[in-house]
Amino acid sequence: MPRFCALLLLLFCNTIVYSQTCTNTFTGTVIDLHDNSLLAGATVILAGSETAVQTDINGEFTFNNLCNSTYSFQVSHPFCATKGYTVLIDGDTNKTFKLEHHLEELNQVIIEGNAFASKTQTSNEQTLNTKDLEAFSSGSFGDALNSLSGVSTLSTGNVIVKPVVNGLHSSRVLIINNGVRMEDQEWGSEHAPNVDINSSGRVTLIKGANALQFGGDAVGGVIVTEASKIPVKDTLYGKTLSTLSSNGRGGVISSKLTKSFESGWFTSLQGTFKKYGDFESPDYILSNTGILERNFSVNAGLNRFDYGFDVYYSLFKNEIGILRASHLGGAQDQVRAIQSNEPLIINDFTYDINSPKQDVTHHLFRAKAFKKFTNLGKLSLQYDYQFNNRLEFDVRRGDDKDNASLDLDLKTHTIKLDFESSSIPDFNIKAGISGRHQNNFANPDTGVRRLIPDYDAYNLGVYGTGSYNLNSKWLIDAGVRFDYTYMDVFKYYRQSLWESRGYDILFPELVIQTVGNQILVNPELHFNNMSATVGTLYEFNEDYNASFNYALASRAPNPSELFSEGLHHSASRIELGDLRFTSEISQKIGLNFSKTKGIFRYTINPFLNHIKDFIVIEPTGVQQTVRGSFQVWEYRQARAQLLGLDLDATLDLSDKWQFKHQFSLVKGYDLTREDALINMPPVNTQNAITYTNSKIKNLKLELQSDYNFRQNEFPNTNFDVFVAETQTSEKVDVSTPPAAYHLLNFKSSIDFNIKNNSIITVGLGVDNLFNTSYRNYLNRLRYYADDLGRNFLLNLKINY
Amino acid sequence: MKNLKHIYALIILSIVFTSCSNDDDNSSTTLPAVVNEEEVITTLNVRLEPVGGGTVITLQTRDLDGDGPNPPAVTVSGNLQNGITYNGSIELLNETVDPADDITVEVEEEADEHQFFFTTGNNLDVTTTYENFDNNGNNLGTEFSLTANTISTGTLTFTLRHEPTKPNTGLADAGGETDISATFNLEIQ
Repeated sequence: MPRFCALLLLLFCNTIVYSQTCTNTFTGTVIDLHDNSLLAGATVILAGSETAVQTDINGEFTFNNLCNSTYSFQVSHPFCATKGYTVLIDGDTNKTFKLEHHLEELNQVIIEGNAFASKTQTSNEQTLNTKDLEAFSSGSFGDALNSLSGVSTLSTGNVIVKPVVNGLHSSRVLIINNGVRMEDQEWGSEHAPNVDINSSGRVTLIKGANALQFGGDAVGGVIVTEASKIPVKDTLYGKTLSTLSSNGRGGVISSKLTKSFESGWFTSLQGTFKKYGDFESPDYILSNTGILERNFSVNAGLNRFDYGFDVYYSLFKNEIGILRASHLGGAQDQVRAIQSNEPLIINDFTYDINSPKQDVTHHLFRAKAFKKFTNLGKLSLQYDYQFNNRLEFDVRRGDDKDNASLDLDLKTHTIKLDFESSSIPDFNIKAGISGRHQNNFANPDTGVRRLIPDYDAYNLGVYGTGSYNLNSKWLIDAGVRFDYTYMDVFKYYRQSLWESRGYDILFPELVIQTVGNQILVNPELHFNNMSATVGTLYEFNEDYNASFNYALASRAPNPSELFSEGLHHSASRIELGDLRFTSEISQKIGLNFSKTKGIFRYTINPFLNHIKDFIVIEPTGVQQTVRGSFQVWEYRQARAQLLGLDLDATLDLSDKWQFKHQFSLVKGYDLTREDALINMPPVNTQNAITYTNSKIKNLKLELQSDYNFRQNEFPNTNFDVFVAETQTSEKVDVSTPPAAYHLLNFKSSIDFNIKNNSIITVGLGVDNLFNTSYRNYLNRLRYYADDLGRNFLLNLKINY
Repeated sequence: MKNLKHIYALIILSIVFTSCSNDDDNSSTTLPAVVNEEEVITTLNVRLEPVGGGTVITLQTRDLDGDGPNPPAVTVSGNLQNGITYNGSIELLNETVDPADDITVEVEEEADEHQFFFTTGNNLDVTTTYENFDNNGNNLGTEFSLTANTISTGTLTFTLRHEPTKPNTGLADAGGETDISATFNLEIQ
C-alpha cells in the first residue's frame, strides 16, 4: 500500500512538473536526538524517485530541483532505526531529521564504556563491567569491589563483607543502587550492603566525594551500580548464571530476562537464589556460617529519545549465620577464645543456620521519569522508597530463645529533581534538589534495650556542578552542594549513663520522663553540611593524561555514633556514642596520572585526606558487670589524616598473554593523639597473568596472586583481665594484627556456541589454591577462626 | 510544559505527605515504650546455711544498671567458721523489672545447658561439692555444699557458664559462655 501511494505521489508530482518550474532546494541535517550530535553517513531516500543522498561529516544533505509539493523521505543510519518523514516543500526548504541513535548501544562490544556516562570528570573513577561482575556471582558485593585498587574489605566472617575505600567505610561510603541511595543501616560495621551483585550490569567506584549529585557526605567514596542498558528494538533475551562451590557445599543461580520493543517499551525480570552451608577453613569447619539469600527485581518502562519513565522494584532477603564461636560472655571468654588456636565450638557440617545470625530484608521501589528539552537539557524526577528490616538473633536463654535481640525497621522516602544542561557547547551543567524523610522504629518486643533509638530524620539537599572544556587539552570542573539534616530522636538512656556523661547538667531540657532506672529524652539535632569539589584534567596527548582534584565533604554523625549505649553482643564489647558530636569534615586531594593506550597502560593515584572531627571508635577501658568484665569502646572525634597510593598497571605481553598489577597503600594517623588509626587496611598487592585465545573457543586461563602485608601501624588497645580459674591476670590481645599472607587463585573459562545465537560459558576456578591458613586484620572474626580454605568453583553461564 | 505541571504537582503532594507523617510522629501519644531487659542478671545471692544451725552467711553482687557504667556492689555478711559445712543455694535475679524476675528458675529448667563453677583463690581453704544435677546426672550447682576447712583468707568465685561441655573436669575444659562471674573476698576464722 505505501509503495502504491508513493507511486501515486510520484505521478502527481510528475503532473505538477509540467505545470510549474521545479527549482527548489531541500537541505537538512540528520542529528541524534539523545545528544544532538550530527550523524554523518546517514542515507536519505526520496520516496518514489529512489534518489538517495548521504549526509556529509556535518550531518548535512541536499536535494535539488524539487517542486512546491509534499514529498516522502526515508532516513536511515547504520546504528539507528529507520524512520519515514513527510515534508512540505515550499520554496527552498531546510529541515532537521532526528534519529534514535539507540541501536548502537545494543552492540555491547562497541559501546562498552560509552553506554554509561562517566560520573565525574576529574576524579579517580574505576569500573567493573558485566564480565568482571559475573566472576563474583557467587560472592558478595564487597568481594567484587575488592578486586579494584584502593578497595579493601571490612568483614564479619566471609559473607558479611563491606567495601573499604581508601581506608574508610560504612557511612563514609555511599552506595547508589540503580539510582537510589541505599539506606540499609549501613552505619554498622557488621551490616553488609543489601545489594545483589547479580542485578548490576556495571559498578563504578569514585574515590572521593566528587559525585555531588548523589550526596555530599561521601568522605570515603561513592559506589554506583547500574543495570545493563536495554536496547530500543524488538527483542527478547536472557542470561542464566550458576556457580557451584565446594567450600560451603552450595551454590548460586541467577537469571535475568529482558523484553524490549522498538516503540521504547521494555521490561526485565531478575532473580537470584543462593544457599551455602557451613564454610571451612583449611583445618576445621566454621560452624554456623551458612547463608540463604533470595533476591528478586522487576523493571518496566518506556524509553523514548526525548522522554521516558520507568518503575523498578527489588527485594533482597538474606539470612546469614555468624560463627558460633564468636559469641562470647565477656573479657574472660575473650581470653580463652583468643588464646585458643581453633574456634572453641566446632560442630559437624550443616546447612542449618542457628543463632547468632542475621535476617535482613530490603525492599526498594523506584519510579523515575525524564523529559528532554531541545537546546535546553534533560529534566528528571525520581521518587524512591526503601524499607529495611534487620533482625539479629543472639544466643539467648529461656522464653526468648527464638526471639530476635534486635528488630529495626528503617523506612526512607526520597524525592529528587535533577536537571542536566546541554545548551552551551563544551559546558555541562547539572543541578538538582532532593528531599528525604527517614523513620527508624526499634521493636520493643525484643526484650533487649534498643541499640538504635526511634527517630525521624529529614534531609534537604541542593547541588550544582559544572564542567567546561577549555580547549582540547584542558577540562575543569567544579561543584557545590548544601545539605540540611534534622533529626527528631526519642531515646531511653540508662540513668547512670546519662549522669556519668554529664548529660543531666548539659541537657536537662531534653528529658521527657523517667521510667525505673531509664530516662526518656527527645534530642532534636540540626546539621548544616557544605560540600564542594574543584578539579582539572589535562590531556598531554592521546596516550597520557593527568588530573588533580580537591573535594570538601561533610557528613553528619550517624545514629550509631550518636546514640550507641550498651553491650554489643556480636562484638562482646560495650559501645558508647556521644550526643554532642558535630559533623565530620574531610578535605581530600587526589592526583591521577594515566597512560591509557599502548601495550603498557597504567594509572598512578596518590591521595591525601585530612579529616576534622573524624569519628572513630576505640577501646577506652574495662567495665565490671555481674557477667564479668567487658571492654568499653567509645566513639570520639579526632583530627585524622589518611595518606595513600593506588596503582594499576596492565602489560600486554603478546596478543594472548597479559599481565596485570595492582597495589594499594593507605596510612592513617590520628593527629590528635599522635598515634596510628585503628583498623586501617594493610598494604595489598594483586598480580595476575592471563592467557586468552579467541581461536580455541575463547579459552581464558588466569593465575592470580593476592599478597596482604601485615599491618604494622596500629594503636595498642590491649587490656588485662583477671581470670578466676587460673587466678592470674591475663592480657587480652585485641590489637595485634595477624601475619602477612599470600593467596593464589586460578580461573578458567571456555565458550561454546549453540543454536540460535546462544552461548554457553563454562568456567572452572580454584580459590586459595594451596589451602593456606590465614587471618585478615579487617575481619572482625579474626580472633576466633582462620579464614576460608581452598574452594573449587564450577561456573556455567548461558546467554540466550 | 504539561509534564512540568505534573512534576510540580508531585513535589507538592510529596511535601504534603511528609508533613502529615511529621505531625503524627510528633504527637505525644506515640512515645516509644520502655524496654526492660528480659535476660539481664543484675543480682547474684548466695545463701550459706551452716549444717546443724548457726548464723547464715549471705554473699551478694548487685549491678542494677546492668552493663551501664556503675560497677556491681559486692557484699559479704560475715566470716565462715572453720570446720563447719554449709548448705549453699544460689539465687539469680533481674531487678530491673518490678517485681524482680527470678532467673534461677530458667537456669534450673535448662539445667543441661548451664553449670556453676566454684573457684578458690589466694589460699582460701574451702571444699565445694555439687548438690543438684541436670537430667543426665551432670553437675548444675545452684545447690551445693561448702566446707570451711582451716583458718585462711582468700577469694571465692562463682562462674555460671551457658552451654558448657558437659560433663567436664572444671572451667578449663567447660567452654561455653560466661553468664556470671562474681568474686567474693572471704575469711575463715
